[in-house]
Amino acid sequence: MTALPTTALPTAALDLAVDGVSVDLAGVRLVHDVTLTAAAGQVVGLIGPNGSGKSTLLRCVYRALRPAAGAVLLGGDELHALAPREAARRVAALPQEHSAEFDFTVAEVVGMGRLPHRRGALAGPSAGDADRCAEALRRVGAAHLAARGFLSLSGGEKQRVLIARALVQEPRVLVLDEPTNHLDIAHQLEVLALVREAGPTVLTALHDLNLAAGHCDLLYVVADGRIVASGPPAEVLEPGLLAEVFRVRATPVRHPVTGALQLLLDRLP
Amino acid sequence: MAPRHTRARACRPVPCAARGKARPPVSSTATAPATAAAPPGPRRTPAVPLAAALALALLVSLVCAVAVGSSGLGWSQVLRLLRAGLTGGRLEADEAAAYAIVWEIRLPRAVLAAVVGAGLAATGVAVQAMVRNALADPFVLGISSGASVGANAVLMLGAFASLGVWALSASAFAAALLAMVLVYLTARTAHGLTPLRLVLTGTAMSYGFSALTALMVFAAARGEAARSAMMWLLGSLGGATWGSVPIAAVTVLAGLAYLACAAGRLDALAMGDETAASLGVDPDRLRRELFVVTAAVTGTVVAVSGAIGFVGLMVPHLVRMLVGAGHRRVLLVAPLAGALLLVWVDIVSRTLLAPAELPVGVVTAALGVPCFLLLMRRRGYSFGGGR
Repeated sequence: MTALPTTALPTAALDLAVDGVSVDLAGVRLVHDVTLTAAAGQVVGLIGPNGSGKSTLLRCVYRALRPAAGAVLLGGDELHALAPREAARRVAALPQEHSAEFDFTVAEVVGMGRLPHRRGALAGPSAGDADRCAEALRRVGAAHLAARGFLSLSGGEKQRVLIARALVQEPRVLVLDEPTNHLDIAHQLEVLALVREAGPTVLTALHDLNLAAGHCDLLYVVADGRIVASGPPAEVLEPGLLAEVFRVRATPVRHPVTGALQLLLDRLP
Repeated sequence: MAPRHTRARACRPVPCAARGKARPPVSSTATAPATAAAPPGPRRTPAVPLAAALALALLVSLVCAVAVGSSGLGWSQVLRLLRAGLTGGRLEADEAAAYAIVWEIRLPRAVLAAVVGAGLAATGVAVQAMVRNALADPFVLGISSGASVGANAVLMLGAFASLGVWALSASAFAAALLAMVLVYLTARTAHGLTPLRLVLTGTAMSYGFSALTALMVFAAARGEAARSAMMWLLGSLGGATWGSVPIAAVTVLAGLAYLACAAGRLDALAMGDETAASLGVDPDRLRRELFVVTAAVTGTVVAVSGAIGFVGLMVPHLVRMLVGAGHRRVLLVAPLAGALLLVWVDIVSRTLLAPAELPVGVVTAALGVPCFLLLMRRRGYSFGGGR
């Protein structure tokens, strides 16, 4: 486990730096003085039990919430000081929200990702937008869904379409809140490989510790709104910490074929 | 919510050929699931041709509205009088009365019907996106019931008599704005306006205002006054004059212009506040703007025509069934559809039992409800996840 950086961050060199962020909701502090960083192209995982503050922290990074203290920095610029559209050109998100009330088509939902790139309030989709959207849908394996109504999709199909929407935003930083929710196992692996290939810096909350072990360059462990550990997965995912934070017994093993770190999990004795 | 598999099965299978073009073959990548032969999406009518057709129909309907009536004017005479008014042509001496009927009574009334219909339909679209609720209409925020209090204060109690013919409109408008401010201040929290609080506050306040109106009618109504109160509550375009058209037209056009500029942001807001935020749209700010625009347009419309229901609730759904949910298309078509509907509603309301006039609300329901139900059954339309 590495020590947390507590001195001034060399933020300009980093794509994303969360610097001493605290978040209050309805007068209750849910996130306490969190500092984390992600270098360009890194996939950074956020793990922690339910209610630990992962989503709340992520909502700050895609501007759905404003921190009560601290700052979110993008390549040295303060996120909450940017114009909303400018911020949305740099950070895209897959929120956990599922409140689609209107029967948009899949193509329309993906097209919304181009909204921050539109010039002028009256401007419609530009010529290149349709191609970008079709390409993004193809990459998430959902090209055949383009004409379907979004509300008629299964949970996993919706999730992939929303990832396509985040991709057409062409962000530097991609924030994913449980991207593997509702996905079957093939699509879980597919999506995580895909966001890594896609190029942006990724900050993702994950429940599945084995997915986190296999797909993240760096993990931050959140408990009660605080970062309690951080570092490469092999260092962070050790039985003592997992017992303390997740209340599980973890037995690290090597995958017999790939040699990757795997955790066998069961209840604490 | 229905289990997903039943919903998927409930999708109406539309033959590919019926959609005009063959579906491209689906490439079988590693990720293409077994549902490659997915049912095609909802049928859509192209919005621009539809809007053009509606605009043409609206023009023709305005002429019809001027020609149809109890005074027995012929079509050719009406057309000649309209042309004379537009180009300054000459009139026969005995045509002065007919000219007055066409230009001073029927035309302002038809134009006002179009303006009111367009305004109600567009604000209906805006409010439904603003509160993300299928049952919302421009009146859900307490506007119409507030305006009713103002209007009935004039009708029943003779308030604001010093304003003369403007008393009713001015009082209704002032009361509508007051009601909106009350709802806004009550619904507001530290986190901005949340959809559910807005709807609940508006609904609760509406009950309060309606009770006030009922109390006034109960306490003060004599025969004719109760009748005009009823007329006002169900909406009427009978009071239309050129005096009331410009202010309503300017407000509605300004509202439409704002909404056209906000169409993309409305799409994002319709997907949820967090999604909107991640797409660069500040949901609280947009909701505040929409609140003000809706208040101004609805307040003005209610002040000149009473509380005309149904248009603001149903026309947005009707239009979404035809062109889909994207707000650029919906906001292009909905005002024209609303205008067309109300022009015809007004024609029916004043001719069906002539010389008596039916309240507009009765006719909107009679024309709109069957049409709406028919369309809903024919098209696979979903709103709020249900089918």
